[in-house]
Amino acid sequence: MSTDQLSTVFGALADPTRRAILARLADGDASVRDLTAPFRVSQPAISRHLKVLEQAGLISRSRRATIRLSHLEGEPLRDATAWLARYREFWDQSFERLDDLLARIQDTEREGNA
Amino acid sequence: MMGALEVTAPAGVPFIDFSREFDAPRDLVFRAWTEPDLLVQWLGPRRLTMIIDEYDVRDGGRWRYVHRDSDGTEYGFHGVFHGTPRPEGMVQTFEFEGAPGHVSLDSVVLEDLGGRTRVRGRSVHQSVEARDAMVQSGMEGGLREGFDRLDEVLGSLRSRVT
Repeated sequence: MSTDQLSTVFGALADPTRRAILARLADGDASVRDLTAPFRVSQPAISRHLKVLEQAGLISRSRRATIRLSHLEGEPLRDATAWLARYREFWDQSFERLDDLLARIQDTEREGNA
Repeated sequence: MMGALEVTAPAGVPFIDFSREFDAPRDLVFRAWTEPDLLVQWLGPRRLTMIIDEYDVRDGGRWRYVHRDSDGTEYGFHGVFHGTPRPEGMVQTFEFEGAPGHVSLDSVVLEDLGGRTRVRGRSVHQSVEARDAMVQSGMEGGLREGFDRLDEVLGSLRSRVT
């Protein structure tokens, strides 16, 4: 993912309504009408939000008969988290080793007390 | 039981925070964090060898260590402890010798959960830009917006996308 795309993803995530839409789509695909119901905003406003999310690649949309369904796409979110991935990996690997070390020390102490 | 590592880089402030639970009492986790012969056994990925030059765990005490990879390349780090390191709080400066002058202030708190321990860490960088440069793994550009929001979203989506 390029920096431009990543910026688009973060831009799309900057709006609370759009984040709420994504959270709703995590439960399953939904129509514009379904997505409008929980918000105090108009259907066209929701449609505009969906367009932003679609351009960021965070959702895809398909048509079933006359209903247009929105679908959550996980990939861009995974890419966006890659920013912290190296830092996280360093600590994740360190802490797994620390888990092992702490377990070894406690085992030795238990044996010593037995 | 191993805890899940949480790492956040909130927007607008030059922090990186982490939190992780360990299945060991606090005094033992503190020892693993402060005794050099224990520290070398876990800090850093397995592919790196850690060599400690000095690790003077007291107020004003200096520390320096090197991480060496398999082809012999060395990455040096050093800093100074501020205040007497205790389980309730360890504060130190941290500087990567490959980027001299970029110093972060790192603090770690060990929370006693009764036989288990939660470790909370925070690195404070000199600016949001310096923080972003530190964690940016090959990515360029202004990514300063939305990290805390991203985290919020990921919290609700984690089960779906990971």
